[in-house]
Amino acid sequence: MAGALVFGSLAGFLGGRKGKADENRWQLDPDKCMGCSNCATACVLDESAVKCLQCFDMCGYCDICTGYFDPNYNALTTAAENQMCPTGAIIRNFVEEKAGQRFYEYTIDEKTCIGCGKCVKGCALMNGSLYLQVMHDRCVNCNECAIAQSCPTQAFLRLPSEKPYLLKKLAQTLIVNKARDPKQTEARALINKVTRR
Amino acid sequence: MNGRNGTIALGVVLVLLLGSALAELIPTPDFSNHPIPTAAVPGTTSAAREYLDVALLAVALVLATYWAHRTRSRRNLFLLSLASLFWFGFVRQGCICPIGATQNVAMAVWQPGYVIPLSAVIFFVLPLLVAAFFGRTFCAAVCPLGAVQEVTAVRSVRVPRWLDHVLSLIPFVYLGAAVIFAATGTAMLICRYDPFVALFRWNGNANMVIFGFSMLALGLFVGRPYCRFLCPYGAILGVLSKFARWHVRIPPDRCINCRLCEDVCPYGAIDPPSSAPSPTDVARGRRQLAIVLLASPLVVLCFAALGTQLGGPLSKLDPEVQLAEQIRREELGLTKITTDASEAFRAARRPVAELYAAAVSQRERFDRLAVALGIWVGLVVAVKLISLSMRSRQSDYEPNRNGCVSCGRCYWYCPNEQIRLGLIQTPEDLVKLQ
Repeated sequence: MAGALVFGSLAGFLGGRKGKADENRWQLDPDKCMGCSNCATACVLDESAVKCLQCFDMCGYCDICTGYFDPNYNALTTAAENQMCPTGAIIRNFVEEKAGQRFYEYTIDEKTCIGCGKCVKGCALMNGSLYLQVMHDRCVNCNECAIAQSCPTQAFLRLPSEKPYLLKKLAQTLIVNKARDPKQTEARALINKVTRR
Repeated sequence: MNGRNGTIALGVVLVLLLGSALAELIPTPDFSNHPIPTAAVPGTTSAAREYLDVALLAVALVLATYWAHRTRSRRNLFLLSLASLFWFGFVRQGCICPIGATQNVAMAVWQPGYVIPLSAVIFFVLPLLVAAFFGRTFCAAVCPLGAVQEVTAVRSVRVPRWLDHVLSLIPFVYLGAAVIFAATGTAMLICRYDPFVALFRWNGNANMVIFGFSMLALGLFVGRPYCRFLCPYGAILGVLSKFARWHVRIPPDRCINCRLCEDVCPYGAIDPPSSAPSPTDVARGRRQLAIVLLASPLVVLCFAALGTQLGGPLSKLDPEVQLAEQIRREELGLTKITTDASEAFRAARRPVAELYAAAVSQRERFDRLAVALGIWVGLVVAVKLISLSMRSRQSDYEPNRNGCVSCGRCYWYCPNEQIRLGLIQTPEDLVKLQ
């Protein structure tokens, strides 16, 4: 009898697995993120699974980047006291001077980034091209994500594991457009891992 | 009239300004010789490790059952529990575990959109399946939480019977609460209050560390406190092992009532033989059973009534409800202190009415589920009272099916076991039989 009971429940649970849908992975909605810094500290991993990403197609390549420079900077140099990033994870590279304007490219060094979102908060003053994502080579997919628990905007949600990333709505339009060009393999690779909204 | 028009005009201007501000991002420059890159995101780690865990769980369960039932080897069981502690505890850091998988099953049932991993289903069902046939051999040597407490159970005192009965109801209450919180998507109580995950990770928040280490300290004197008085999964295992076709026995063959094993179980899970009741005892027992049977619907009803009062307090743990209450207090001017959540809420410009509606519907869910929890607890109490009023009829010293974790500590104390091992010739070598 007990055996039948357990077998029955097993069959029930297996049947209850919502068809052939993918298993879930944690992700945060960058449109809801406020850059509160909890991501850097709340994760159960010593080094948070949350990292910053740059959506270059949304970036203004500003000279005075509000995501890169501390609002109280001394000088527009790469010296640590001028930078917003506590670990110096944003790499600033000069690209071109056009019509008297100097343009810089800002790239995130994934290994150095701690996911604190300070740059996200700063960038949100302008274009908001920097955004946080849970990186799935690091995330151990806890039952109850410790960051989700402490997220003030409840920005965390479960996504299908095949497409465990989210773009800002605006960025999604841009990247989808970009990926139409068959030469843009990186954009295609990115959009394939993104759950679209 | 004029003033109103003015307000509307101002509003329109504001909306236009806001709209243009949102639309006018600084354009991405058109570089002469620099393509705009795209950031890459890493792929998902493979699920291979999960299936390794499932395979190890199956192997460990088979070994534990074999060593508990066939070879009756306490030493092997102990070594296996150390191995489980190493792998499921310190290597896998307490995740994935069947105790927590209970919540995933609850979520799979009640949360639309949640897809339970196959490994979680197997982790939940496999130990139950084994318990339904062989008793709690999972607890004996496979569960890392059990293993920690098994190792630290050095000086166990006997918990008074009445206290043991009362405390053993807690796991069922905990189970009910954990299911409710998982079903509403509020919290994963079992994971949040996992006692030893902080030890396994050597990392964790203050709650976890304090709770875990006090549980460990308590375990020095009270054998397996988490397993016996808290573990919600152990509650299910205990019920299933009542029906087990094969359950571990203290003697290898027959009990000679020598009483040597009477006090050796650190978990208080050995039941003595029942004495023959006198006719007055029988009559009194019947009267008691009749009263309990008649009163049990009342008990359930009382707890259900209690449950109607619990919806409010329980829903306060839900982040949406918390936020709604905070916003309400701020709107009414009852508090000047804003929280991170309320600031974020205002910055997101989400309509307040929508938040209130969501909070109210969540509160209503909790009201319904709290009554269900009340009924569940009432049923558990009623069943406990009925089982206490029933006279067990047994002639031997037997492990209590609910509480016995098949750890095999008692085997060694049985003279018949020593005969089986060839250490002595007759029971009289050890004990004088009456």
